[in-house]
Parts: sequence; structure tokens; C-alpha cells
Amino acid sequence: METILSISNLNKKFGSIHAVNNLSFDIKKGTVYGILGPNGSGKSTTLGIILNVVNKTSGNFSWFDGSISTHQALKRVGAIIERPNFYPYMTAIQNLELVCKIKEIPFTKIEEKLKTVNLFERRHSKFKTYSLGMKQRLAIASALLNDPEILILDEPTNGLDPQGIHEIRQIIKDIAANGTTILLASHLLDEVEKVCSHVLVIRQGIKLYAGRVDEMTASHGLFELKVDGETDKLITLLEGFEGIASTNKDEDLIIAKLNKPIKSSEINSYLFQNGVVLTHLVKRKPSLEQQFLSLTNNN
Amino acid sequence: MLRLLNIEIHKLKHNKASKVLIAIYFLLLTSIALVAAIKFDIGPIKFHLAEQGIFNFPYIWHFNTYMASNFKFFLLLVIVSMMANEYSNKTLKQNLIDGLSKKEFVLSKFYTVILLAALSTFFVFMVSLILGFVYSDFNEISIVTTDLEYLFAFFIKLVGFFSFGLFLGILVKRSAFAVGAMFIWFIAESFIKGMVFWKFKANADDIMRIFPLEAMTNLIKEPFTRLSAVKTVAKQVGENISKDFSVQILDVAIVLIWTAVFIYLSYALLKKRDL
Repeated sequence: METILSISNLNKKFGSIHAVNNLSFDIKKGTVYGILGPNGSGKSTTLGIILNVVNKTSGNFSWFDGSISTHQALKRVGAIIERPNFYPYMTAIQNLELVCKIKEIPFTKIEEKLKTVNLFERRHSKFKTYSLGMKQRLAIASALLNDPEILILDEPTNGLDPQGIHEIRQIIKDIAANGTTILLASHLLDEVEKVCSHVLVIRQGIKLYAGRVDEMTASHGLFELKVDGETDKLITLLEGFEGIASTNKDEDLIIAKLNKPIKSSEINSYLFQNGVVLTHLVKRKPSLEQQFLSLTNNN
Repeated sequence: MLRLLNIEIHKLKHNKASKVLIAIYFLLLTSIALVAAIKFDIGPIKFHLAEQGIFNFPYIWHFNTYMASNFKFFLLLVIVSMMANEYSNKTLKQNLIDGLSKKEFVLSKFYTVILLAALSTFFVFMVSLILGFVYSDFNEISIVTTDLEYLFAFFIKLVGFFSFGLFLGILVKRSAFAVGAMFIWFIAESFIKGMVFWKFKANADDIMRIFPLEAMTNLIKEPFTRLSAVKTVAKQVGENISKDFSVQILDVAIVLIWTAVFIYLSYALLKKRDL
């Protein structure tokens, strides 16, 4: 598969802060990547480096197998970083014309892309009159102008109202459905879970996990159990049951993680035979959120 | 090059403030012609400035370029704000993300500086030519084409001055502060000038001419004493004119070097910074 972006041993230091720490990953054509990490984990810095606005301290990155310079490569990329930045005194059309001139492409796609993001009616309004949601949509239109080979989105729904979030997600899903490669940085887990096929988890600039989203969440699941009193007895019993990897207490709930598939009925009858009557028993698949929290907290 | 210029013109032509300032600037350049209208006619005293020889070829080239260069501050505002606004609107970041390189970004600004300076020079040339043909006592081609180097000096002076403005715009990122920084530099240079004249009286001019603003001032020297000198010479043939009013190659070189330094520093600064 064709590699669109390749990052190896990338480092960025701001004074004593090591914002990006020896980061390496590849982006393959046609996949939807998510970069997950808490606020301040180095997501935006990493994107800033590959987008030519932040200088790297050491390491390398190359676009399209390193065949062209970064600024030439960026003409084939569509990117939205944090806030939409346009000239406030220009209309949507004038702003997009400027982007076309920079990217050296004809003006022909402007109207089509404005229609895609539902801004066609307001195309002659000045940028400064737009609401945040409209500004963000214009930024998406601008990123799509060149029919990019990869679309980079940094917190695209940040600061939007629920309707705005929904609209932006719908647009992203439509774009992904067309086979466009997407790199989406976010701290919103359900966003990544809904849209991405691959995920990269970073914390304090260090890569914690890279791989498929479904592999990250894959496990045999866990049980939530509750009894009246006798909690200690329950825990002892559970630890003696083959297939239970670990148990821990979460307020009055007992969480038992599994290392092989066990049916709810098996565990229920085992406990009942040993004289423990449950008041609560639920089998769950761990969510991306739990996986993410355990990855980012435990080390 | 045309692509970069085209990008920058696109940014300027949709900006009302810039358009108004540029329009005012060119109106002011034309207003030099109004000097011709200064006319006193109070009983026995009849005075018509245009008849005093200021519009005589080739002196007019000197006089008009000198007067016109006083209006450069209007364009300085345009240039400083076109640079600083890229920072405050964060559009610089967006331009780079869209695929403009940092080098291309600085060049697009520099080409615009050259274009504006060239337009100003052409404008002054046309205004002077017309005024000269109306009021000059001599219209022979050989006299009209004498001293055209003042136009060249005017062009170099504007390019140098605006490049300084560009650099300050990148350095301090805010238009108002950048203009303020230019003013502070001017005061600093005046102060140094005072000190130098006090300490090294003999070589003071030689030391001062390497400073950017001083070098730009030296390009076109004040034309007023020359006017009387010209008149005196006309009356008393044989007397030497003590001051040299011509454009010095060394001053041109100094300003060109400063221009290169300012543009290079702008690029180096932009390259070094994280946005």
C-alpha cells in the first residue's frame, strides 16, 4: 500500500518541555487515522511539524515517499488546524480564490465545495460575519478545494454546538466514504471510535499505542457484579475461577476482567453453588474510553 | 514571481483600509503639482512659486523626488499592516499550511514592495514631466533627461525604507508597534548622530552614512540650498558650488545592502519561529 506520510524518530522540545518524544508512524493511503491524546499531549505540535508551521528539533518526516519538498506536498494536502484562519475582510469566495492561487489550482471547484459544506447561500458574506460553525465549515471547504490525497483535521468539532458537531462529523464521514485518507486529531473518543479505522494514542509526546481501533478494544470483556455484604468472599471466589484475570472494586461494584470467554450463566451458577447470591451481573465489552484511560493513566 | 505578486495583490485589493491608504498616497503625490498654484499677488509683491525655477529641468527631478519621498509614511502603514495582519489573523499559518513556503511568503511581500516603489517612481516621473513641460524654462531633450538618477535614487530609497518596515512588521507582529519601533529607531539614530558629531567631528558624516535611515536620507539631499545656488551661479558665473547634491553610488550601495539585510533577516526570523 502507498505510504502518504512517514514519520520517524520525531522530536520537538519547547525549552524544557519535550512536546513530541521520538514519535514514529506511517500513514497508508485509504485509511482513516485518529490521533488520540489528552489536551497538551503533543497532537497539534506533531501536526504543526508535518504542516511546516512548527520547526522540528530532530527526526524526520517525509510526504509521498519524500519525492517532493514539504511545501509542494502540502498543495496536495487539505488541512484544518484548531481555529479556522481566514482574511476577515474577504468573502468566502475571495478567501477560497486566494487558497486556489496558493495551491495553484483553478477556481472551478469553489462553488461545488461551498455547496458540500452548505455555505453556498452565504458565499458573498464577509468571513468576519460568520458564526464559528460556519467558519469551521468554510475551513473544510478550503481543505477540500484541491481534492486532497489526505485530509488532516485537528479537533474539528472543538467549540461547536451539538448541531455543529453533528454536521461536521457527517461531512467527515462522507469524505471518508469517498476513500480519502484522513488524519484526525482529537481528544474526543467517540469521535475517533465512530470515524477512524486506525488509532495512535500519545501522551506527553510518547506513543502508547498504534494499530487498528477494533484490535485496541478487542478483549474477552469484563463482568460487573454486586452482592449485598459478603464482598470479600465474592472476590476470593472470583479469583479462584479459571479465566478471570483480575478483579478490582469500583465503589460498590466488583469489576472482573476476563482472559478467556466465559458466559454470564457459568459465573452465575458457580457463585450460586458456592453460596453467593448476586444482586447485579452485567457482561460488558470495554469501550475505547476505558482502554484509552487505562493506557494513558497506568504508566 | 507573478504568482507570488498575484497572491499578495489579491490580499491587498480586497482590503478597504489598504486601498484607501494607497489612494491617499497617490493623491498626495499628485498634490506636488499644487505647489504650482502657490501665488501671492499683494499689491507690489508678486510671487509665483512655479515661476521661481523649482520646476525647471533638470532641477525638478531633484525637487519632486525629494518632496514625494516625504509621503512614504502612508505606504509604510500599508506595508507594515499587510505583514502584521498576517500574524494577528493567523493567516500566515494558514498560507503555509496551504502550501506556500516561508521563502515564497517573504518574497511575495518583497515583490509587492518593489511594485509599490516602482509605481510611485513612475507616478512621480509622470507628474514631474508634465509640470516641467508646463513651467520649465528649458525643454530641450538633453536637459530634460539630465539628472534622471534622482528617480533611481527615489526608487531605491522607497524599496529600502519599505523593506525596513516589512522586517519590523515581522519582528514585532503588531502594526502599531512596528510603526512605533521605526520611530524609536529614528530617535536612536538621531541620538547616535548627535554623539558621533560630538565625539568624532571630523569623520562624523562618514560614520553616520552607514546607518539605514541616514543612508536613505543621503540618497536625495535637500534641494533648497541648491535652488539658490543654481540661481547664484546663473548670475555670477565662475563661483563654485560647495555642496555636492548628486546621488552618490556609495549611498545607493549602502541602502541596497540594508535592503538585503532586512529581507534576509525577515526570512531568517520567519524560518526560526514556531507559529
